Parts: sequence; structure tokens; C-alpha cells
Amino acid sequence: MSRINSLAELEEFRKGILSKRDPNKPCITLCSGSACHASGSEEVAAIIEEELEKQGLSSSVDFRKTGCHGFCERGPIIVIHPEEICYLQIEPKDVPEIISQTIKEKKVIERLLYTDPGANEKIIHESEIPFYKYQERLVFGSNGNIDPKRIDDYLAIGGYSALAKVLFRMTSEEVLSEVKKSNLRGRGGGGFPAGSKWEGSRNALGEIKYVIVNADEGDPGAYMDRALLEGNPHSVLEGLTIGAYVIGSHEGYIYVRQEYPLAVENVNIAIKQAQEYGLLGKNILGSGFDFTVKVHQGAGAFVCGESTALMTALEGRAGEPRPKYVRSNVVGLWGRPSVLNNVETWANVPLIINNGADWFAQLGTENSKGTKIFSLVGKITNTGLVEVPMGMTLRDIIYKIGGGIPGGKRFKAVQTGGPSGGCIPEELLDLEVGFDELTKAGSMMGSGGMIVMDEDTCMVDVARYFLDFLTDESCGKCVPCREGMRQMLKILTNITHGKGKEDDIELLEELSETAGDASLCALGRTAPNPFLSTLRYFRDEYEAHIKEKRCPALSCKELIAYHIDPKKCQACMICLKKCPAEAIAGGKNRIHVIDQEKCTKCGTCFEVCPPRFGAVQKISGEPVPAPIPEEARTIIRESKQK
Amino acid sequence: MKAGSAMLSPEVKEQKWIRGKKQIRKATMVNERIDQIIDKHQGEASSLIQVLLEIQSENHWLPKEALERVSEKLHVPLTRIQHIATFYKAFSLVPKGRHEIHLCVGTACHVRGATRVLDTVQDLTGIKPGETDLDLKFSLQTVNCLGCCALGPVMDVNGKTHGKLAPSKIAEVLKNYE
Amino acid sequence: MNEILLQIDGKEVGAREGMTLLMAARSAGILIPTLCHHEKLEPYGGCRICMVEVESRGSTKLVVACVYQVEKNLVVRTRSEKVDRIRKMILELLLAHAPDAPELQDLAKEYGADKDRFEKEASFCIHCGLCVRYCAEVKKKNAVGFIDRGIRKEISFIPEIASKECWNCKECFPLCPTEALQAAFVLTRALYTSPLSNKNGCGDTYRGQQ
Repeated sequence: MSRINSLAELEEFRKGILSKRDPNKPCITLCSGSACHASGSEEVAAIIEEELEKQGLSSSVDFRKTGCHGFCERGPIIVIHPEEICYLQIEPKDVPEIISQTIKEKKVIERLLYTDPGANEKIIHESEIPFYKYQERLVFGSNGNIDPKRIDDYLAIGGYSALAKVLFRMTSEEVLSEVKKSNLRGRGGGGFPAGSKWEGSRNALGEIKYVIVNADEGDPGAYMDRALLEGNPHSVLEGLTIGAYVIGSHEGYIYVRQEYPLAVENVNIAIKQAQEYGLLGKNILGSGFDFTVKVHQGAGAFVCGESTALMTALEGRAGEPRPKYVRSNVVGLWGRPSVLNNVETWANVPLIINNGADWFAQLGTENSKGTKIFSLVGKITNTGLVEVPMGMTLRDIIYKIGGGIPGGKRFKAVQTGGPSGGCIPEELLDLEVGFDELTKAGSMMGSGGMIVMDEDTCMVDVARYFLDFLTDESCGKCVPCREGMRQMLKILTNITHGKGKEDDIELLEELSETAGDASLCALGRTAPNPFLSTLRYFRDEYEAHIKEKRCPALSCKELIAYHIDPKKCQACMICLKKCPAEAIAGGKNRIHVIDQEKCTKCGTCFEVCPPRFGAVQKISGEPVPAPIPEEARTIIRESKQK
Repeated sequence: MKAGSAMLSPEVKEQKWIRGKKQIRKATMVNERIDQIIDKHQGEASSLIQVLLEIQSENHWLPKEALERVSEKLHVPLTRIQHIATFYKAFSLVPKGRHEIHLCVGTACHVRGATRVLDTVQDLTGIKPGETDLDLKFSLQTVNCLGCCALGPVMDVNGKTHGKLAPSKIAEVLKNYE
Repeated sequence: MNEILLQIDGKEVGAREGMTLLMAARSAGILIPTLCHHEKLEPYGGCRICMVEVESRGSTKLVVACVYQVEKNLVVRTRSEKVDRIRKMILELLLAHAPDAPELQDLAKEYGADKDRFEKEASFCIHCGLCVRYCAEVKKKNAVGFIDRGIRKEISFIPEIASKECWNCKECFPLCPTEALQAAFVLTRALYTSPLSNKNGCGDTYRGQQ
């Protein structure tokens, strides 16, 4: 493939690609993101290729393995074009039928369609499925149309036209001005205006400057950057190159966490293909602008998502953050001006250039423009990645798109912002999602993780969980974080074990103040947030744990006991056989009784007791009823009485 | 008077020489590979972490000799390498088992009951996160998010993901690994 | 000479560009407590006890004096309710590790820190990093370093280097604010594995220290 050396050649080449693509030609797209991969999409892909071959359709039907479609709960997903028929939870055995019925005979297979739980009707088209209908998939939507390993797919949807526009039709001042006007704020957590950050670097002294993609995505439960990098790496490369052009940088880095091997692979392929086409490297598109990109892998440290720690890691050291009184866009990597932005931030840039800052600023709220990709996970019916305009309410996201809480359980809280964020309770569900709105409520936007929690989640345990996470991930350099959190974790663990003391909450608040004010980096400064926000909205749970040794959510192992209600037990023996501690006594027609001494609180009996009996209960804060006497344990069945 | 090599018979001397050569060859092979990896990264100290990641990936652990070799070739103090090798979770200074279990304890999986799954895995394998059992069969590690939240609780064994787990299902899953 | 005028605790102080608040304060005779600072070493910013309040352009923030550089018209307060509260807590957290350290005890008296606020921790080390940084930056031997992170972080000697270098050096011992013997103990344990250890018997050095 020969290099493209001008804007005109790029457009010619693009036309060439499009002319060879018939929009009416049947095309099967299969989601091959990491989650669907784990659900078996590789096997499905193999069968599709086999079947197409077998039925002689390989040249008349396109097959495209795309990036993540977002509806991870229902993967593997297939969308058949041009009709846009969406089939969910595909298994290899469904494939022959799909090929013969839908591809050949244009007949829809009902059982593979989405069923609207409310109206109980089947929905054929992807865009009409409620999960997708209420989203605004500007950045993420392209994932479903391109094979990340084929640059031509990206070019076919208009890729690299923004870069060409920037290099040949705009000055770098104009580009900076557009980005500033759009009010694009960092999508990684800080929410800092990208335009200001770029301007700072652009104006800083120095010949050598860097642009960096932060693809460390350490927040547990957040995987949108992964899906973007895996599914549409060129959008990130394009945005990065534009940013480099604006600030005058010729060297870029992509720092990807090591736990994302597919993302690393796809990004490397994308870089290679872009270089072959002259869209990256020396003299890009014949413009005279040079820019190269290197990929660096992380090695398993959450703190390396913090910008100074990330730069320290890029320098080949242990990722300890540095006290930062001069911004890193002036003194950053190797002491040089460096613009570090999140994957999603970079991916927004080509859109802003192509469509204009005004278009971008139409969406969203006054201070939070554009869209945001959230990972909606936890106790939610439709787990997946959703892209919504800023300003949509949490209620709409969780209920309209997310489908509400499964199992008929009650919503309790939604955790946003990862370990630096907080929990938002039911009374605030009408909050409009945005940077400042979430911060005001005691949480933060963070990278976009949205973990939904229901009545079975213990909020004290949530605080303890995050503190456990943060003590594991803290770099350990400064006292307020290392020692402060060490003590906070001890106290919270004791509380969840029923050993809480009267002045624990006060001490936790004091430690929170110290860590929040005196820590060296944002990890330490925001570490108290999960505790503070759960205390703010769920203080009653803390008091129950401390004063009554009771866990209202019936979750903390040390504070609950499992008990089989003798009135409900039907002696079906399921729990007895499954109990890993062999702690259940009983037999056929003999009511089962749990030996509290042997019970390990694993919860298996609670899981496996048939719902129609529901005999296993969890008790907290009160003594377990004494086991009924042996004589009373025989069940006399009505049928036998006759 | 110490028995010098002059006192040993020619046959014994030859045996010792062959054994010695084999040992040197074994160590040299590892060093050669390490040198290759370092050269691939242009021998730059800033690529230290990338170099160690490659060695870890091929060797499944970082022997002390490997760290010393890297220190020598990249002109980086051993303390810095030691810090990196212990700071980052990706590295292991002890050999790993045949089957590496990575259990997700990310927030979404936690909320869906990953703690109870972890307890069960610990009970069944006899090891805690960060440990390897004595037969070098299983190594257990907790990870903070595999990105498969829709399938939570999730466990990855040798790269294969097992989703929608519960304590009652673990024995079944682990049975497949010899 | 570029003189920068700023105010520290109500006093007008003249400083050179590039000076840290700590240096400027010292030049004016104002003492700010430090634990991880040393004139021969790069500022570390780890203990956070030198935290001070600074006011500039209408906003107040907390910064570490050992790193923050002087600015024109900066208003610095080295003591305040907030600053004192932070220092007290930092001391109490560190006293859980090293309740007998003289430096910590003196500061504890001044800030009213209670050494029994927290349960005692197993390790004496307060991670000031002086030993590690001194060996790296001044002696350039790198005989001792950090390992691991967070609450599992520790200092560790490299036996092969320590056995060669530390016998005749030991300059890091008096730097240790908690227990010089702790450093010695770790060192002698490390020396046990070296072939030279048979010669002097580490016990001799240990007793010699006392």
C-alpha cells in the first residue's frame, strides 16, 4: 500500500474505498470486544466464516469482527446490515440458522431478538432497543461499524478527515480556538478544560514537548477506555496527532495498562497501518509535520493513572507521584511540557474539528458539554457501556437505559468516580449528570464508572472495600495517605466485624481531613471520599454496625447468621448436599438445621434454596433462634396423612 | 595442603569441566535472551519496565539473576529494579504455578459477591492471593477489574474467562485444571 | 540579584528566586519542622509535616514548604489551627511506629500529639527515605532501597553491595530518626548472607555500636 501524500490523495483514496463498498450488500457484524470474547465470540466468528464458506456466500456477504457494541449483558451480539437486525446472546449453534434464514431468505429469527420486558414485544432494529434508543453514541457508535484491525474501515466512515483539515485548512491557533470554544473537559476524572491544558503547553518554552494518552483506566468497574482503544484506536490516534500539532509536539506516548492485551495489540496494529498510509510518522500527508507514537504498557499499579505517577512510570521508575506545584503541561515528562489526556478526551477531538465547537457545545449542560461514556455495571439489568449527553438524569440512565434493578430489588445507591468518588442515594436520582453536579453531591465524574447498588449492598462495607483497594494501591510515599488509610482501614474493618467503638466515626473524620488536606497526590486527597459520602447519606448504617452490631443490608459476614425457618423448610436436601462445610443437619422429611459453629457464612444455602420455599433467612443484630427440638423436625406430608 | 586441581585424575577433571560448561551454558542462554530483549528496546533505561514485562511474560517470573543482568546492561542500580519488581503487581519474584488464577475483585464484581467467591477459591486451593501452592499447580492473584463486568463475578484461569460465578460453582470450574 | 519579597508569619522576608519556602523561612530564623528533609538531598515531600498555609491571588492553600518555591507577595503562615491539626495527626500516626524516637517525642510535646492514639505497628520505619536517598544521591552506592508499595513498603539492603560498602561507611545510621539500631539490625542481618560475615562476626559491630 502506498503512502498518501496530500489531502487530495486522501479524499481520492477514501472515494476509492467507498466505491468498492455497496451499502446494500449484506454484512454481518459481530461484536468481538473483550467481554463478548469472554462470552464466546471467537467460536461464533469461526462458525460464521465456516458457514459462509460452506454455503458459498463468502464473496457476497461481508463479515466484520468489530469492537465493543456496548450491550455487554447480552453478548455475543450480531447486527446484520443493511437491515440493522440485531440478534443477542448468540451461540455457535444459532449461526447456520442465521445464515440460511436471515441472510439468504431475509427472515427474522424471533427468539434471537430483544424482548422489551414491559411491552413484551420483540424489537428488530438495534436503534430501537431501549438500551440504545436513549443514548447519544457520537464517540462510541462507530465501534459497531469498523474492524479495528482494518484502517480502511475507519477511512470509510470519514476517518482522518479532521487531521487533514487541521494540517491543510486550519492554522494551529484556529484549532486551539475551536477546542477551547467547545469547552471539552477531560474525560479521565479531573474534568480540566482540555483547551487550557493545550494552550499552557503550546505557550511553554522548549523545543521538545510530549502528548500522552492515559489509557491506564484503573477504576475498577470502568472499561470504556478499553472498549474505545480496542474498537476504534484510530479515533484516538487522530485526536492525539491533532493535539500534537497544536502544541508543537513530535513524540507521543500511549500508556496502556498491561491488563488490556487486546487494546495493546489493536493500537499497535493501528499505528503500523497509519504509518504505512503516511497518516503517522514523518511528513504526515505531505504536510511536513512529523509525529511518532510509542506504546508503553503499565505493570499493574492503579496509582499510575495519576498524571505525575504515569510520567514517572514512562521514565522507567516506580510510579510514585511527585509533589506538583508547577503544572505538568509546563514541566512534565522528562521535565518538558506534556499534555496528558484520557482516551475518551482524545477521541472527541476529531468530532469537534469535523463538526465544529458549536455543534459540540449544543449537547450537555452549561459547564459540561458533549457526551460521556459511562460503564453501567453492578446490580443493573442492562450491564454495559452507555454514551449519553451530559445533563441526562441518573434516573434515566439507570431505569430507561439500564432497565432498572434486577430481581425485583430496591435501588440503594449509585457509585460514581471510582475510588475517588462517592455514592449517590435514591433521593438524588434526578441529578443531571455533569462534572460539577456530581462533585456537589459529594461524588465526582471520574472516568465514568457507574456502579449500581441495591438493598443487599452494605454501605459501610463499600467504604471499607474502597479503603482496602486504596491501601493496596497507594504508593506509600507520604504519611497522610499511607498511614492515614492504614488506620482508616483498620477501623472500618473492625466496624464491619462488629468491633466498632463509639468514637470511631469521629476518628475516621479526623483522618479523612488529614488525608484530604495533606496528601501528596490526588489518590490520597480523594481517598476519604467513599467514606465521607457513605457517611453523609447512610449514617444510620454506620450507627447500626457500631451501636447494635447489626448490618442492615444483611451482608457483613461477621454480623450475620444464616437460619433455616422451620416453618418454611420442605427438607428438599439441596442445601444440605451443597453446603461446603457440611454444617446442615437433616434428611428426607427431616427439617434442616444449620450448625452455627460449623457455618462459614458462604451463603450457598441461601443461594440454592428454591425460591418457592425461601426457607433460608439471614439474621443480624439479634440472636439466632435456638434449633427446634429433634422430635419436632419430622415433616408430615399431607398426602401421607390421608 | 589443599588438594589442588593438579591432584585430580584427568577423567574427573573432564567431568567437572563438562558440568561446569553446562551450567554456564544454561545461565548464558537466559542472559542471551535477556540481552536480546534489552537490545530490542535500544538499551534505554526508560524502557526498564517494558523489558521486565517481556522477561516476566516469557519466563513467568523474574529470577534474581535476570534482575542483576538487567541492572548491569541498562546501567541502572539494582535497588531501582528491585523497587519496580516489587512495586508493580505484574511481576513475580517467585515461580508461578501451572495455572494462574486471576480473580476479579473490582467494584462491580464485589457488589455481585466476589468476596464470597474469593473465600471459596482460597479454601479449595489452599492459597491466598499472591501465593502459589507447593505443587506449583495454582497461583492465585486478585485483580481490580478484567473489564467483563456484565459477567461478574469473574475469574480468569490461564487466559480463559469464567463468568457468572458463585461459591457453589467453583469446585466444578477448578476440577478441569490438572 | 533577583530578590523576591514575601511575608512569613507576619515578617517581611527577602529571598532569591528558586528558593523554597523552607529555606526562606530558615534564613529569617523561622523554624518549620521537617522529618524527611536534608540539605544534601533533593526535597522529598513525603512526611508532609512541613505543610504551611500560603495565600496568593486571593486564595489559600496548603503546600509543603520543602518543595514550594518563593513567589512575590506570597503570604505564608507556618502555624495555624489547620496546620497544627495536620502536624498533630501526622505525629500520632508516626508515633504508632516509633514511639521512642527522640525527634518525634519533641515534636509531639509541641503539638500535643498522643503517642498512644493508635495501636502500635510492627515496623519502626517511618519512610522518611533519608537512608535510601543518601545512599543514592550522596554516596551513589545504592546499597539500600525501597521495596513494594503502600502499607507494605519497606527498606531493604542489597546484601552483595552492603557487605562490600557498608562496613566502612554507615553514614546513613545517624540519619535515621527512629532507631539507628533498626538500620543496623537490618544491615547486620543482610551481612549474614555475605561470605565476609564469618570474619568479624556481626555481633562485634552491634556491640561496638553500643
